[in-house]
Amino acid sequence: MSSRLVVLFVPFVVIAAFWLMARYEARQRHDPTHKGYFERNGMLLGIMFIFLVSLWTLFLVALPYLYMVVESFHPTLRPLERGGPNDVLTLAQYESFFVAHTGEGMNKVHIGAFIFSILASIAVTALNFAICYPLAFYMAQSGTPQKVRLLMLALIVPYWVNEILRAFSLRLLLATKGLINNVMVAAGFIDTPIDFLGNNVGLYVGLSYAYLLVMIFPLYNAIESLDKNQIEAARDLGAPWWRIHKDVVIPYAKPGIASGCTMVFMLSAGSLAAPQFLGGPRTLWFTSVIYNFFFQNFNWARGSAYAFILLAACIALVMLMLRLFKISLGETIK
Amino acid sequence: MKSAWVMRGMIGFYIFLFFAYLFGPLIVMSITAFNTPNYPQAYPFESFTLNWFVKLWNDRAMMEGLRNSIIIGLGVVAVSVPAGLAAAIIMSQIYHRARGLFYLVTISPLLTPGVIIGISTVIFWKDVLSITDVTKAVFYKGIILAILGQSSFVSAYCLLIFMARLTRFDRAQEEAALDLGASYPQVFWHILLPFLKPAVVSAIVIGFLSSFENYNTTTFAILADKTLVTVLAGQVRQGTTPALSALAVIIISISLVGAITYEVIKRREQARADLAQRRAKIAERAEVEASALPATSSA
Repeated sequence: MSSRLVVLFVPFVVIAAFWLMARYEARQRHDPTHKGYFERNGMLLGIMFIFLVSLWTLFLVALPYLYMVVESFHPTLRPLERGGPNDVLTLAQYESFFVAHTGEGMNKVHIGAFIFSILASIAVTALNFAICYPLAFYMAQSGTPQKVRLLMLALIVPYWVNEILRAFSLRLLLATKGLINNVMVAAGFIDTPIDFLGNNVGLYVGLSYAYLLVMIFPLYNAIESLDKNQIEAARDLGAPWWRIHKDVVIPYAKPGIASGCTMVFMLSAGSLAAPQFLGGPRTLWFTSVIYNFFFQNFNWARGSAYAFILLAACIALVMLMLRLFKISLGETIK
Repeated sequence: MKSAWVMRGMIGFYIFLFFAYLFGPLIVMSITAFNTPNYPQAYPFESFTLNWFVKLWNDRAMMEGLRNSIIIGLGVVAVSVPAGLAAAIIMSQIYHRARGLFYLVTISPLLTPGVIIGISTVIFWKDVLSITDVTKAVFYKGIILAILGQSSFVSAYCLLIFMARLTRFDRAQEEAALDLGASYPQVFWHILLPFLKPAVVSAIVIGFLSSFENYNTTTFAILADKTLVTVLAGQVRQGTTPALSALAVIIISISLVGAITYEVIKRREQARADLAQRRAKIAERAEVEASALPATSSA
């Protein structure tokens, strides 16, 4: 139990350190016009703000995350054994991700699921960028304000329908008894229905469909602020259309592109609905592995370890891409 | 000239394809809600029926899920909107060296997969609430955990909405009020909050909708309870029934009505603003002419 408790003090130590630093600096360069926090906000509001913000950042974000990470370094135990002599720190959960449970060779199933999820998410991100970029460019640079507002509304309305029903609607199209197969068989194009869900077409379409909006808005926002004269100038100087995009629009919209791609990638890698309802029977998505540890094996420690592996890998990959394209994280989240 | 025409045609065709992709599946699903076969099919269309809506209405699990979803949505809004607002204000006042870390912590739920938020919420709160039997019996419930889990990222949405609005706040207003003797709390209640009202409204709407639609976090945090979305997920997993399409038809209709109302209101506002401007111009011109008239007569 002790390691679990110790970690809970980490955020408070960090806060105390910053507070002491702030005190020290305030004393160093004394500024008589400076007003203290409670002086500025009043006692009641000041306390209310601090209460709300610490409830959120500490008890809903920082502490649960830290606690989950600590849990992942513990062995799989029955509830009664928690806090007992067997409850020690261990790397066993992480080892089990790499080593097969027979003790020999690699854990091919889980590593395979992990790599497949990451690669498929990258593919979906690229696909969505290709689909959304032209529309975002059109809305940002050539549409009239009224038309753009209508297009926006048309984009948002389908997203009021939840993820599950959207996956369901794609299943009605792509299933072996679905509309596309029915029409193609009736028209005589094919004799036997094509198994779109079995060969993962459904999964890719579902993921791309689910996160179109997440890609298009950052792109639109970034391209919208580009001065039209820059494009005009490039055109007057004789640049072909693809060079205008490559050398003018895309470099300018880089933060928006990075933000859209990051969001789509993170959401697809962490998605649960599309793989569950549109993936083929042999397809194993990494979040489904985590889901099964929680709901079928009740192995929370191992589920936590896998969740942490997913989070760490996603963050590492996003950081790598941002470094590669020379964008800071602050620019991305706006 | 001809190439421009071709270009425009291609753009039009592309936009058509894009929206066909966006709306196609929803339209097909809506058709299946009115078709008789047990398996939701749009083609061939056998005969028209409203039975699936009746079936939906009689689905007790779905109705219970709907009720829970609304309760959770209201709870999430009640936690997240104040928390996002408080964080947005603290963001501008916090010790400058801590600001980066504070921003990272508040935004991190948006970058964390929802699955992980759900898991960490359950693991943490289970142990915290298990300290006494009473707290466990009273608070360790799916609805409460779902509110806690969802609030962590909905608050972040709210924070972004408030920060965007606050950047347009004119500090001169605050200074004027302070010079006239208002206290800081008075400035907050009478100047800042009214200024933020549109942001509060959109934070409430977006917060409620994203709570209502959430699946990844909720499926873990909800424990033995159910929300509309988790009931739906269970039904899709078991098989498919046109009753689900019927539900989709209802949701799409509500969205469409909402969207059209929004558009109408926006257009009316625009028209009213235009009219007011035109009237002001006419009045101004009349005034200028009136004041110029005696001047010319005296000269």
